[in-house]
Amino acid sequence: MADAHATDAHDADDHKPSFFVRWFFSTNHKDIGTLYLIFAIIAGIIGGAMSGLMRIELAEPGVTFLTMFSGGDPDAAANFYNVLITYHGLIMIFFMVMPAMIGGFGNWFVPIMIGAPDMAFPRMNNISFWLYGASGVLITLSMFAPGYGSNIGFGGGWVLYPPLSSNTGSPGPAMDLLILSLHLAGASSILGAINFITTIFNMRAPGMTLHKMPLFAWAVLVTAFLLVLSLPVLAGAITMLLTDRNFGTSFFDAAGGGDPILYQHLFWFFGHPEVYILILPGFGIISHIVSTFSKKPIFGYLGMAYAMVAIGFVGFIVWAHHMYTVGLSVNMKAYFVAATMVIAVPTGIKIFSWIATMWGGSIEFKTPMLWAIGFIFLFTVGGVTGVVLANAGIDHYMHDTYYVVAHFHYVLSLGAVFAIFAGWYYWFAKMTGKMYREWLGALHFWVMFVGVNLIFFPQHFLGLQGMPRRYVDYPEAFAYWNYWSTVGYGITILGMGIFLIAMIDAFFIYRKKAPANPWGEGATTLEWTLPSPPPFHQFNELPRFDKGDVKAF
Amino acid sequence: MSDAEKNKKTAMIVASVVVAMVAMSFAAAPAYKAFCQVTGWGGTTQRAEAEADRTLARQITIRFDATTSQGLNWRFKPEQLSQTLHIGETGLAFYESENYSSKPVTGRATFNVSPAKAGIYFKKIECFCFTEQTLQPGEKVSMPVTYFIDPALADDDNLSDVQTITLSYTFFPWDDADESETVGGAK
Repeated sequence: MADAHATDAHDADDHKPSFFVRWFFSTNHKDIGTLYLIFAIIAGIIGGAMSGLMRIELAEPGVTFLTMFSGGDPDAAANFYNVLITYHGLIMIFFMVMPAMIGGFGNWFVPIMIGAPDMAFPRMNNISFWLYGASGVLITLSMFAPGYGSNIGFGGGWVLYPPLSSNTGSPGPAMDLLILSLHLAGASSILGAINFITTIFNMRAPGMTLHKMPLFAWAVLVTAFLLVLSLPVLAGAITMLLTDRNFGTSFFDAAGGGDPILYQHLFWFFGHPEVYILILPGFGIISHIVSTFSKKPIFGYLGMAYAMVAIGFVGFIVWAHHMYTVGLSVNMKAYFVAATMVIAVPTGIKIFSWIATMWGGSIEFKTPMLWAIGFIFLFTVGGVTGVVLANAGIDHYMHDTYYVVAHFHYVLSLGAVFAIFAGWYYWFAKMTGKMYREWLGALHFWVMFVGVNLIFFPQHFLGLQGMPRRYVDYPEAFAYWNYWSTVGYGITILGMGIFLIAMIDAFFIYRKKAPANPWGEGATTLEWTLPSPPPFHQFNELPRFDKGDVKAF
Repeated sequence: MSDAEKNKKTAMIVASVVVAMVAMSFAAAPAYKAFCQVTGWGGTTQRAEAEADRTLARQITIRFDATTSQGLNWRFKPEQLSQTLHIGETGLAFYESENYSSKPVTGRATFNVSPAKAGIYFKKIECFCFTEQTLQPGEKVSMPVTYFIDPALADDDNLSDVQTITLSYTFFPWDDADESETVGGAK
């Protein structure tokens, strides 16, 4: 059986274990990374299909489309819509972005970038992945289990607020399965985070101090700390929910002296750091790409690293800006407004440093660079609407409208997803050893860019007009922009089709072998010193940075 | 220290942080309750042993509100719509409840005031909400609340705009483990 400890990797040749042992008992960080990426792609297709069902339903007023799935019953169709919004959110956050960014790219490239043979605990890495698999099974079961009455699934939104998620709103087993699914996903991510922290602290190549470490490794390190500090709080909150539901406690039940608002505080103490967990690895990826294709080292390296640390820290003390309407006192709101706006400072440092990196650089607009620049644009738009929403006074009007939906989809659906695609195209050659056709990648980018903007930009207008989120139907007055939003979804699906074609083409038709470094002099991190794909056990000779002439980034 | 031991040590430190965070999330439940009771946030009213030591000229109108949760077959209503008192003056208000069901039922009321910022200055000396109430089938009772507005309210600039305070109660069924209808949300 393969053991991933470098000392045991005595074979000079690149021998791999048999298929079953390699992919099911995998302890190799690159194979586990690949498994996570496959998992994320499958989850992304399911979550994306769900948003398609929602967008088609919302294309025109009236409940006209989802009734096809409910045998014509409009109430069951409305429940189905609520189930779709709930599971779309949970799947995209927990089963698409997190596995892709942290499990996928993190596992693949953090050990290589810091010059380590593998992760610190390869077997724990395997447990992390398969816990994710079990979690995915549970959330799928939850979707088909009874929720409220004869309704199937839990339809109370991804935030799982009681009393919608307590026995009052969802007495059936759907919610219990969902809680257990999140427990497993949380345990998986916590184990992964312990692994990353240990690896990054203890296994860097000699001479690679923290201040010489590539920014993607920095991003994953900060993300791992956020996971360790925030996920246990979610685990605690949903455990309380579980005991409230099944064992007669009343943490969140006013009848027994509890308070449902407490759940919201606990949830958002996790939930706000969670949104940085989703985007920070993306920041790391974008930094590498911008630097590579501008053929310049990243501008303000230390500022970039500590901006992420600052974002991570401030992310823990702004949670109540999700709860402006629960009845916080004016002074509380004033604090949370100010603290929230402070986040714009380190985020601004990052945006301007990316622009400064490009400034005067010899820029090549290869596919990954297109995605990276697209990311910077979209994330900035989402950030600006975030500053708008940070104001408690404005938020009282905007709370739970489509303006909020547009905001967080600009930073996550467009920001995080564009970062994932940027990373995918940047490292595709490295991971698979094959090249994709450049024009297909670029076409994918342009079609997606038009599509996602057409989906979400009109939602700002809908939100400002007062259209609330999480409803299956809407008045005639909102029809115009909803129609265009759905057209945007169609264009996005077209883009995803091009992505699929580009991948099939790369694997089966184009079949061009990738060189070790397809990006030229700008690509300076360690993964480009290895062949594409890297050998099963990398670094015959561990890299050193203490001889004075090599740069780590 | 060997590499493996070093890794184990780091992992144990991080794992203990995880355990501590889980513990803190559970500690948050009592801490949250205690915090609201001490600070009066969220409109949590205060208890007092004795009446206020002074009375001010400024008057405040107290309005009374009553809600019964689903699953409690009671009629519950205030016997007066409002009372206007000087700050510091002790007020006595009554709520009436009647058990419509055919068996003895125990209920308990949760309470708060609006605006929430007045919670810290709203002092109750005696209240039916301090204990649970049991009503026999068809029984109708009149339940008192003895309260006053703390004169310190007049010194707080944040409350200079307050002319009306609404005192609100919600009655919940108490300790009915076998009754399936549970209630969420403080009205």
